[in-house]
Amino acid sequence: MSKILREFYDTGVEFARTFGAFQLFFMRLLRHSPRILVSRLDLVIKQVFNSGSLSLVIIMVSGLFVGGVLGLQGYSNLARFNAEDAVGVFAAFGLVKELGPVITALLFAGRAGTSLASEIGLMKATDQLSAMEMMAVNPVPRVLVPRFLGGVIAMPFLAAIFSMIGLLGTHLVAVELLSVDVGAFWQQMQITVDIDDINEGIFKSFVFGVAASLIAVWEGYNAIPTAEGVGRATTRTVVITAIAVLVFDFMITALMI
Amino acid sequence: MQQTRSVEVGTGLFVLLGMGALFFLTTQTTGGDDFTAEETFTVEARFENIGSLRNRAPVAMSGVTIGRVTDVQFDPITLEAVVSFVIDSQFDQIPDDSDASVLTSGILGSQYIGLQAGGSDTYLEDGSEILFTQSAIVLENLIGKFLVNAGSDNDE
Repeated sequence: MSKILREFYDTGVEFARTFGAFQLFFMRLLRHSPRILVSRLDLVIKQVFNSGSLSLVIIMVSGLFVGGVLGLQGYSNLARFNAEDAVGVFAAFGLVKELGPVITALLFAGRAGTSLASEIGLMKATDQLSAMEMMAVNPVPRVLVPRFLGGVIAMPFLAAIFSMIGLLGTHLVAVELLSVDVGAFWQQMQITVDIDDINEGIFKSFVFGVAASLIAVWEGYNAIPTAEGVGRATTRTVVITAIAVLVFDFMITALMI
Repeated sequence: MQQTRSVEVGTGLFVLLGMGALFFLTTQTTGGDDFTAEETFTVEARFENIGSLRNRAPVAMSGVTIGRVTDVQFDPITLEAVVSFVIDSQFDQIPDDSDASVLTSGILGSQYIGLQAGGSDTYLEDGSEILFTQSAIVLENLIGKFLVNAGSDNDE
């Protein structure tokens, strides 16, 4: 019995330790961020390319189909209330405030987060990080911070692109396919959607960008330096990011409503 | 060197696309202001009930937006809602006996003020008040009236 309690206690302490170390790691990244942003912008740009530009295809295709399905669902369900014209409002709110930031963050974790985690994990497994330390180069600002910043910069743009393509997808389905009136579609949206709604979406995508990049970099940096360890770090990146994003989403929405 | 260049071009295009998307979202999905007059004059109207009329709601005449609600107040003495709105100065020939009503655009749409032209020779100007107003139609009241009527019909 006391053995089980002991186990619980140890797990609890270990969890608190990991969480604390995570916070300190975040602080370390933040402390180096302004300097890196100014002096090594080239590194950051390269990572914006890796996390952002290379994620464009999956983001745009997903956005198109998510928008399209919103058009179909919105149309068929709103038609029960004779409010098909409101499908634009329905899709705009859904995309800009919720689906855009959340799905983008989940896709971002799958596309960019995993590649960050495995890249850093492999660097660690092949002793590249230790080699840097031997040469008196601190791997945190040189390797981790640009990757973190790249993700943070890329996420809001990706979410905005997702929402835009999604709305075009809704337009395609609702207006071109189901012949909702194009004027009603856009005008009702413009009357109802407020600039605050857009800001909420941008704020969310920024928070998710920080969370997703931070978790990916952390998991990579703390991976067990073996093939299996890197694989596990990659998996954990996706799982933890997904949970964190959905929990944060709930909290931010609750705060902003 | 070539590789850095393509990375830079790719990043540049990505950021431009992202900014374009943000621009698209802020301009195309939000109302912005379809009413952008430089010179306006302020008119007041008192309503018994304004429903869910909000600040920045449009003021329309013949369906065309000519102004915007700027302020909604409650008068503690007359117990009425006092709505101030601005009208584009180029429309300076609106008869001052025009009547204002709170209308709803569509079934699920937002509420706006509709002006119906009167026949007076004097026109609305800065600070004038619209005397003839019609309150918003509140669905519950309508149903209530309907039920009362239906009930009294049965009694007879």
